[in-house]
Amino acid sequence: MSLALEIVSPERLLLARDVDMVVIPGTEGDLGILPGHSKLVTSLRGGLVDIYESGKITDRFFVTGGFAEVTESRCSVLADEIIRQADINVTVAQAKLAEAKAAFEAVDTNDADAYREASDKLISAQAMVDSAAASPAQAD
Amino acid sequence: MPSLKTLRNRINSVKSTQKITSAMKMVAAAKLRRAQAQAEASRPYAVRMAEMLAALAASEAGNPNANKLLVGNGKSQTHLLVAVTADRGLAGAFNANIAKLTRQKAAQLQAEGKAVKIFALGRKGNDSLRRDLRANISGTKNFVGKKVVTFADAEEVAQEIVRGFKAGEYDTVTLLFNRFHNVMSQKPFEQPLIPAAAPTANDNAMEHNYEVEPDDGTLLDRLLPRNLAVQIYAALLENAAGFYAAQMTAMDSATRNAGQMIKRLTLDYNRARQANITKELIEIISGAEAV
Repeated sequence: MSLALEIVSPERLLLARDVDMVVIPGTEGDLGILPGHSKLVTSLRGGLVDIYESGKITDRFFVTGGFAEVTESRCSVLADEIIRQADINVTVAQAKLAEAKAAFEAVDTNDADAYREASDKLISAQAMVDSAAASPAQAD
Repeated sequence: MPSLKTLRNRINSVKSTQKITSAMKMVAAAKLRRAQAQAEASRPYAVRMAEMLAALAASEAGNPNANKLLVGNGKSQTHLLVAVTADRGLAGAFNANIAKLTRQKAAQLQAEGKAVKIFALGRKGNDSLRRDLRANISGTKNFVGKKVVTFADAEEVAQEIVRGFKAGEYDTVTLLFNRFHNVMSQKPFEQPLIPAAAPTANDNAMEHNYEVEPDDGTLLDRLLPRNLAVQIYAALLENAAGFYAAQMTAMDSATRNAGQMIKRLTLDYNRARQANITKELIEIISGAEAV
């Protein structure tokens, strides 16, 4: 039995294929989704989406955040922005991190929504820099 | 009777106009295909988002602390109308239809004693509405010089709208845009943004059976602004596709009209030319007979 994985960004459908397992970066921690997973809706933090096929990571994507909907046979990842891990540009990532840090310092801590947004951005930018250094997918 | 030279000039000028309109038609057709492809590509995300939202919104029915973006802030005194138009003209009544709908809606709300604010999204709508509703326009944005609208553009607009809503500048938000039915027809359409179509009591009965992380409320806090951006993005894409379709139709009929005009003018031109020849012949013959 396999899992129908869909990765969509607001602008396009990025990927739709059957995989063995996918690991998604939920806000509360990474989630490994196997076929037959109970129905779940979660928000995502910035991090890597790893696609496993026959015991190996065959694709890695970096998402800046978003949502995921899981049913027994299907997993839809609704990414805010998505990029192949191999395509992350370290300089761009670091510039984003510096920008997010500055924004986070400046944010009004009394405005809960703005604070949450700024901290989300900072976590996401940090994850992007970290992901750039992670080992790439091993396609066969 | 106009002289042969004026007729010739007019035929030439109509011919070059026809060349321009037929070229514009081709360009619009090519851009329409691209705009339709873009709209098509954005659909999977919008569909999944709507499904997820519907499942979560059902569980919020009757919750007094439900997110304001979902259920509204309980008032309906000040209305924000977001009028989506194109940045360019030469597309028949495409932009005028939205301006008309906005005026109607504004007049109707004002007659009910409500206050109306307008956010003009697109240059043409802003130009048109500014003439008589200048005092009501609270914001405007256009995408002049941009080849395609991106999701980031829509997100910016959505953030602006959410900011205004949270600051209490308005109580409800409605999106007015041209819905793309097919190439020949685009109909003005109004869609409520805030409050989002509120869940009915019926939905309440069937609690969704999803596990939710972190929890319903927090997830909705993130999902709702996002959903707003998605809806605005979809409206912008429909607007773009509809605009090129309207432009294509308008330019097609302009080309056809120019063709008819050329036909008529050519007929006049030939008649005048023949009349001239006949006149000259008569002059020559009668001259010869007189000798």
